[in-house]
Amino acid sequence: MFVYIVRRILISIPVLLGITIVNFLIINMAPGSPVDMMVDPNISAEQLELRKEQLGLNDPLWMQYLTWMGNLLQGNLGYSLSSFEPVSTLIGERIGPTVALMGASIVVGVLIAVPFGIISATRQYSKWDYLMTTGSFLGISIPNFFLGLGLIYIFALKNPWLPSGGMTTLGTEGGIVDTLYHMVLPVFVLAIGIAGKKIRYVRASMLEILGQDYLRTARAKGLREFVVTNRHALRNALIPIITVVGMEIPLLLGGAVITEQIFQWPGIGQLTMQSIMSRDYPTMMALNLLAAVMVLFSNLVMDILYSVADPRIKYN
Amino acid sequence: MTGIRTETQPPSVQGNTPITEVEMEGQRKETYSRMIARRFLKHRLAVVGLGILAIITLMAIFAPFLAPHDPYEVTEVFEGEPSAEHWLGTDQIGRDVLSRLIYASRVSLVVGVVAVAIYIAIGTIVGAVAGYFGGWIDMVIMRITDIFMSFPFFMIILVIVSVVGSSLTNVILVLGLLGWPSVARLVRGSVLSLKQLDFVKAGIALGISTPRILFGHILPNAIAPILVNATFGMAGAVMTEAALSFLGMGVKAPMASWGNMLTDAQSLSVLTDQPWLWVPPGVMILVSVLAINFIGDGLRDALDPKALK
Repeated sequence: MFVYIVRRILISIPVLLGITIVNFLIINMAPGSPVDMMVDPNISAEQLELRKEQLGLNDPLWMQYLTWMGNLLQGNLGYSLSSFEPVSTLIGERIGPTVALMGASIVVGVLIAVPFGIISATRQYSKWDYLMTTGSFLGISIPNFFLGLGLIYIFALKNPWLPSGGMTTLGTEGGIVDTLYHMVLPVFVLAIGIAGKKIRYVRASMLEILGQDYLRTARAKGLREFVVTNRHALRNALIPIITVVGMEIPLLLGGAVITEQIFQWPGIGQLTMQSIMSRDYPTMMALNLLAAVMVLFSNLVMDILYSVADPRIKYN
Repeated sequence: MTGIRTETQPPSVQGNTPITEVEMEGQRKETYSRMIARRFLKHRLAVVGLGILAIITLMAIFAPFLAPHDPYEVTEVFEGEPSAEHWLGTDQIGRDVLSRLIYASRVSLVVGVVAVAIYIAIGTIVGAVAGYFGGWIDMVIMRITDIFMSFPFFMIILVIVSVVGSSLTNVILVLGLLGWPSVARLVRGSVLSLKQLDFVKAGIALGISTPRILFGHILPNAIAPILVNATFGMAGAVMTEAALSFLGMGVKAPMASWGNMLTDAQSLSVLTDQPWLWVPPGVMILVSVLAINFIGDGLRDALDPKALK
C-alpha cells in the first residue's frame, strides 16, 4: 500500500504541471494583451511598446510561461487588473466563506442522503423507494439558479423569514448566528444537488451490502432489523459513500459560482464571476488554477483514504 | 500482431468473416433491440420522459407555427401581465414570453445534441486508443484526461467562454471539446476488458486490421454504457447552457434561451413582481432535464448486462 501511495503521488506531479500549462494557454487565448486595457490617449504607442517589453509580453510563449511559473512558485499570483491588489490577498479574503459554504453543504447533503438512501434500499421497489428515487432525480435536475431564485422568492420576498443574500445583516456587527442565518438558503441549494446524487449511491451501496452473508449471520443471531441495518450494514456501506464525497468538490466549486452570485455570498465563486465580468485575467487564471489544484489534491487524498479504509482492494 | 496483417491472410477468410458476422449480428440485434425496448417500456418514468422530450422536440421543430408572436418583435406592452393576447405576458422590452419560450427550446436541444455528439466522438476514439494499445500511449492519454478532469467543469467552461467570447456556437464548441474525458475513461475501461475476450483474439489471429478490430468488433460491444453516458450528458449540456446563459456568458439576447430568460430575475423587483418572466423558463429547464435524466435511467436499467436474461 505504501508503494501505491508513493506511485499515486508521483503520478500527480506531471498532472499538476499539465494543469498549469493548460491554465496558462487558456488565458493566452484571450485576444489582445493586458496592456491594451491601459490604452489611454495620453500614452503614446512607443510607451505602450516599452511597457509590453517590461512586462515580458514580447517574449516567446514558453518564456512567458516559465516567468509565470517562477512567480507562482514564489507565491506571487500576480495583481488584479480591476482592484490592483495582489490576487493572493483577494483569494485569502474570499476562501473562508466558500469553505464554510461548501463544508456545510456537504454535511447537510450527506445527512439528507444517508437516511433517504437507507429507506430506499431497505424497502426496495416500495412506494417509498419510488418516492426517494424520483426525489433524487428532481434534486439532480433542478437548476441551482432556479431553485435559488425560487427559494428567495418564497422565503425572503413573499415571507420575510430569511435574508435574500449576503453574509451578514447590513449595519450590524454580524456574528456567528447571523451568518448561519444567512447560510440557510445557499447551503440548502447546494445540499439538494449533493443529496440528489448521493441518495442513489447510498441506495446502491446498501443494496449490495444487504445481500451479504454476514448480515444473514447477524439476523440469525437474533439481532433486531434496526441494528442490522444501521450498525452492521450502514458502516460498510459508508466506505464508498465517504470517498465519493470527494468527487463532489469540483461540482461544488462550479455550483458555488452560481449560488454565490445569486445569494451575493462573498466567496471564491463571486470573485470568479466578478473577475470574468471585468476581464481580470490574472485573477481568473489564479482562481482556475486554485480550483484545479484543490480537485487534484482532494482526489489524491480520497484515493489514499480509500486504500486505507478498504483493505480488500488491491493495486498493481 | 502487426506482422500477421493482410499479407499472410487468405482472401477467402477475409471474404467470409464479414458475411457471417453481419448475418449473425442481424439476427441477434433484432431480438436484442426488441428485448431492450421491452425492458425500457417497463420503466414508466422513462416512457414519460421520452414523451416529454418528443413534445419539446416537436415544439422546437414547429416553433414558427406554434409561437403566437414573433419572438423578437417589440409590442406596445412592456412587462405586461399574462393576458388573452400574451398568455405568459411580455418581457421588459415588450416581447412575448410564450413565443420566446417556444423558440428557446431550439437552443437547448441543439446544444444538448451537438455538444454531446462532439464529445462522445472524441471520447470514444481517445478512450478506445488508450485502452486498446495500452503501455505508454495509455499512460500519456490518461494523464491528459486527468489534467482536464481536474478543472471543475463549469468553472473552466465559464473561463474559456469568457476568453473566446460567448455565443451559441462557442458554447457548443467549448462543451463539445471539453466533455470528452469522462467518456474516454469509460470507453477505455470497456475496451480493456473486451480486448481480453476470445472473439477479439480470434480476430487478431485472423489478421483483421487493427482499426477494424477496434471499431468494428470491440466498440459495438461497448456501446451500451456510451449511450447511457450520452443521455445523461445531454441533460448536463442543457443544464450547463442554461446556467451559462443565465450568467450572461452563453447565448446572448436577442436570441432567446431558457437560461437567459431567467437573467432578469436577478433583480429583486422582477423576482417579486413579475413571476411570469422567470417561472416558466425555469420550469422548462427543470422539466426537460428531468425528462432526459429519466430516459437515461430507463436506458441504464434496460441495457444493464447484469439484469439481462
